[in-house]
Amino acid sequence: MAKPAVLKEVIVNLPMEPEMELAACEKASAVAESMGMAQDKIDEVKMAVIEACLNALEHSQAKRRRFQVIFSVLGSAEPEALQITVRDKGVGFSPPENASSPDKAPLSRRGWGLQIIEGLMDEVRIESGSTGTTVVMCKTR
Amino acid sequence: MTESMKVNVDRREGIAVIYTDGYINNQGGEEIARVAYELLEEGYKSLLLNLEKTKIVNSIGISILIEIIERMIEIEGRLGFCNLTPTIDKTFHIMGLAQYTSISPDEASAVEQAQAAG
Repeated sequence: MAKPAVLKEVIVNLPMEPEMELAACEKASAVAESMGMAQDKIDEVKMAVIEACLNALEHSQAKRRRFQVIFSVLGSAEPEALQITVRDKGVGFSPPENASSPDKAPLSRRGWGLQIIEGLMDEVRIESGSTGTTVVMCKTR
Repeated sequence: MTESMKVNVDRREGIAVIYTDGYINNQGGEEIARVAYELLEEGYKSLLLNLEKTKIVNSIGISILIEIIERMIEIEGRLGFCNLTPTIDKTFHIMGLAQYTSISPDEASAVEQAQAAG
């Protein structure tokens, strides 16, 4: 089966400042609406985008105080999925092999971001190293 | 861009309902906690958080709600939630909050459940 093409791409560069996750969230909502995604799925995408951006804002320790969010509408002819890439140039971290099954006790206070993203999106891939972290997450329409 | 949290309280016999309006992030969560702890000081041991006007939350804000839940468990009190969006409800389940608090679809059933529990 042919790999879906990128039908539309929106790239946003944001400063690492408080509440910039909301700017990314608004853009995610607009792109998802434009491709006809159902509202409940849009709300899940927004929440996942907030958590991915918070990860960059809170933990990247990037000297270059900016991060990038890429919204890619994928499909063969019609929009089939929304792929969102959140990229920072920070110090990186060691992501768990499967964020949805860490040995995290209920009512643990912090460290839920990746688990929430995994729970709300259909596919999640995390690449992290000394030059930064990239979270790629995908939601079918 | 800033979405400040507005919190209102309805004090009733044996239960206080906290109405949130806005983004539950760190500031929003702290405002809710401030109000909740004031109500505990006033003697309320049963609190209900009505999130009807909250459409987005983040994990930092929820971590502050977890602190309130822990405080309620310590004093053998009760904290319930109602009117969650499906996504917030799903997030609460992912984070395991549903094991330690009651989540109701609407305020009437939440109050009824709290009063039945004493």
